[in-house]
Amino acid sequence: MATIAPISTAPIERLHETWESRPGLYGILATVDHKTIGKRYLVTAVIFLIIGGIEALVMRVQLAHADTHLLSPEAYNQLFSMHGITMMFWYASPILSGFSNYIWPLMLGSRDMAYPRVNALSYWTFLASGIFIYTALCIGQAPNDGWFGYAPVSLQPYNPGLNMDFYALGLIFLTVSTTVGAINFIGTVMKMRAPGMSLNRLPIFVYGTMTASFAAIFALPALTAGCVFLYLERQFHMHFFDAAQGGSPLLWQHLFWILGHPWVYIIVLPAMGMVSEMIPTFCRRPLVGYPYVALSTIATGLIGFGVWVHHMFATGLPAVSMSFFSGASFLITIPSAIAVFAWIATMWLGKPVWKTPLLFAAGFVVLFVIGGVSGVVTAAVPFDWQVTDTYFVVAHIHYVLIGINVFPVIGAFYYWIPKMTGRMMDETLGKWNFWTMFIGFNLGFFPMHIAGLLGMPRRVYTYPASAGWDTVNLITTIGAFLFAIGVLLFVINFFVSRRRGAFAGSNPWDAGTLEWAMESPPPPYNFAVIPIIRSRLPLWEDQLGDETPGMIPGEGHSHISEGAVLAEGRETFGTSPLEAEPLHVLHMPEDSLWPFLLAIAMLATAYGLVFAQWWLAILGALGTLACLVGWLWPRHLATGERA
Amino acid sequence: MIRVSRRRAPLVFALGACGMAGCGPLNTLARDGTTASSETSLGWFLVIVSCTVVLMVTILVLAAWARSRRRQTRDDVVFTGSSGLPWIAWGGVVIPSIVLVAAFLFTIGTLDAVAAPERAPAATIQIIGHQWWWEVRYEGVGPAQGVVTANEIHVPVGEPVRLELSTSDVIHSFWVPELAGKTDLIPGQTNTTWIEARHAGVFGGTCGEYCGAQHAHMQIRVIADPPARFQQWLVDQRAPAGQASAPSTADGLRVFMTSGCANCHSIRGTLAGGAVGPDLTHIASRTTIAAGALPNTEANLMGWIVGAQAIKPGSDMPTIAVPARDLQSLAAYLETLK
Repeated sequence: MATIAPISTAPIERLHETWESRPGLYGILATVDHKTIGKRYLVTAVIFLIIGGIEALVMRVQLAHADTHLLSPEAYNQLFSMHGITMMFWYASPILSGFSNYIWPLMLGSRDMAYPRVNALSYWTFLASGIFIYTALCIGQAPNDGWFGYAPVSLQPYNPGLNMDFYALGLIFLTVSTTVGAINFIGTVMKMRAPGMSLNRLPIFVYGTMTASFAAIFALPALTAGCVFLYLERQFHMHFFDAAQGGSPLLWQHLFWILGHPWVYIIVLPAMGMVSEMIPTFCRRPLVGYPYVALSTIATGLIGFGVWVHHMFATGLPAVSMSFFSGASFLITIPSAIAVFAWIATMWLGKPVWKTPLLFAAGFVVLFVIGGVSGVVTAAVPFDWQVTDTYFVVAHIHYVLIGINVFPVIGAFYYWIPKMTGRMMDETLGKWNFWTMFIGFNLGFFPMHIAGLLGMPRRVYTYPASAGWDTVNLITTIGAFLFAIGVLLFVINFFVSRRRGAFAGSNPWDAGTLEWAMESPPPPYNFAVIPIIRSRLPLWEDQLGDETPGMIPGEGHSHISEGAVLAEGRETFGTSPLEAEPLHVLHMPEDSLWPFLLAIAMLATAYGLVFAQWWLAILGALGTLACLVGWLWPRHLATGERA
Repeated sequence: MIRVSRRRAPLVFALGACGMAGCGPLNTLARDGTTASSETSLGWFLVIVSCTVVLMVTILVLAAWARSRRRQTRDDVVFTGSSGLPWIAWGGVVIPSIVLVAAFLFTIGTLDAVAAPERAPAATIQIIGHQWWWEVRYEGVGPAQGVVTANEIHVPVGEPVRLELSTSDVIHSFWVPELAGKTDLIPGQTNTTWIEARHAGVFGGTCGEYCGAQHAHMQIRVIADPPARFQQWLVDQRAPAGQASAPSTADGLRVFMTSGCANCHSIRGTLAGGAVGPDLTHIASRTTIAAGALPNTEANLMGWIVGAQAIKPGSDMPTIAVPARDLQSLAAYLETLK
């Protein structure tokens, strides 16, 4: 059983050997280190952000003036569809998974995620599905029906190419990644916390990702079902959505939006959680109203399942059901308002230190409110009839997705990159970065509200000069390019910091949460000894003493520099879900090639299905099965080794 | 003569958009129709409340920034400070609840107000969506019976008109911002809505749901005429096309019948009975062609016939190779179909 020891006597070398992945190709493909997987997630997602951004800029050139014909209608339609799909599914959610993967075990006081191999599978399927969906663009048959792929435009008679087959299969494939990832987060938060880290001591970021993971588990099956139906209807002439044969096009809309609306919360709640970590650190005080922010996070996730019909107000539904969904859509504002005022109060009552991450967080608060109110107004059914499917809604979703996802994400990079690389990002360049993005974003996207109110529909590849939308669109295009320069400054700053950044030390921001306890970058085993937690902000206990939130009088302080060693193989504590009492020592799996091979086999299956090469599909399916069997095959253990 | 309505928005948009608001033919914040009028009032209420909220929060964030510059504590000191719960109670719960309940009641009230017209509709019009044009059929007894046109709806001023919306292919959405918000045209169901224009004029509209390659070119116009003029329009539209007796028009009709046009288009009163494209019996009375892609002029008609796929790629209208002389007589003939 565990020996209790101070860090100085922990068998550091043995821990290193046990937890480090082998060098060379095998280590690269087989690693299950959550930090490596997290970084891969982050880099891959940023690449998708850049690709999606370039697609957007091409569209903005087309729309800068009336009657421009740089792109054919088909090319434009593929671009806006790919832009939406990329940003929604291959950037916004994976980037947050990247942060959670990297930060969670450090924040929770664990040596890994609950299911490290599943974690590797989650990344490889994310990458493979991304390669799959971009194959479509490379062969000129990318999805061309918007990110929500409405039937019947998505069906064979109106869309005979492979475009929407790629859409259906690509999303099903990605769903595998997101689902196993979500299960991993839930397992981790339930079982892998350091002893003493009870639910009332969890960082809000953990609440954010946890809520998003639960929401993903319940929402994704609707999308998967819809995409399976879509594929079957296109490939095998079944009739789920074809009204002439007894199907219903509205079935697709319901299935899509039952996922689609919770999805919005899935890609903002963890980001809001990251802000709830940054603001207290830079305001030098604990978050105002912690329990209310935690509960409002969960409430948002729950109510988020009851508002999907507000995307369908123009479909001719009965007034009673529209009133219900209108009411729910108004109601969901309250938890967000609570969070907003918790952040503002923390800034007001704290002593803000205006480093780059706080600039992004404060900018986020303003953009959050703009994106929030422009969404609430669409809960008003009759007003929604006017603005739905116009640029007003395009403005709204960008304030939500850029304001509530991209701004916190860039802020979080400034905040946590010192932990990941051991080097600081440049502050001056960081401030330029923020202001370029903030000004560019508002210059680009605010006028879209006006374009929408002036009647500009979304998804038009061009518009006539007589419409009077030239000025707003030109301003938007200029703003979009300025915003892109801002993102470029971030990328530059990242590379500058890699080469020349100041060394960060373990806790450069003097933050209170546990991920700042070990050196930067963290060692492969994260913690030399498993800490024991007695408050919500263990690293601030020195200064706050008994006033540290989450501390129980008489229980004592957290132990960070001494605790259980657990060095008999890859070991960490398994703890109870509510109070985080240590229940058992968990033996974590070794590196494995199976997740990588499984993703390859699934990729082959997907190609077989999309090109209707059934031999390849069958081969891929058999390969998938073989990989699963190989993965799960019971092994003989050498003496002394544990399962 | 037909006049395109360019109504000024009643208020100037609050956040510095003064130059832009109120000059577009599809302006959602201008109002003329009875339904659009209620929707617009609700819209302005929401826009003003929204701007106030955004302004307040921005001021609070800026004030927090200004306060932080005056504070003298050291950056490396952390403190617990006051709980801050009144912020959450007032800013997060009480004030938003009041505003949201008000907005919800306003919404429900508006929903009720626009649900049905106060009087029986003066006409019922079937609108059938096609990729990418609008088929318009007037129903009922009397002069309206049998009127079929495309991309333009004539309605009597000051009278509610019932619209029955259906589609022949994919989902479209009927949207004439100054008269009413969107109602979708969905396969397998018929949605109904109603509009009422308070003044004579032309009201622009467009398809509000992405419907494929040429979603951008699927405009519709509502032309509100005084009732007497509307009745006369119905009578004119119901009549079959005039006899092509003059030699030039007879030649145009011949080209029409022999170049494939008649396979898809109808001209009542002739043998042309195609049912794929718009009915052309009175095409010359319409203001645009190709669902608003071009103004209806003889030159544009010729350009459209020989260059449809360049103007509206992907549409069902093929590019038709007609010799120049035939093209001229064809266009001249079509322009006689008042």
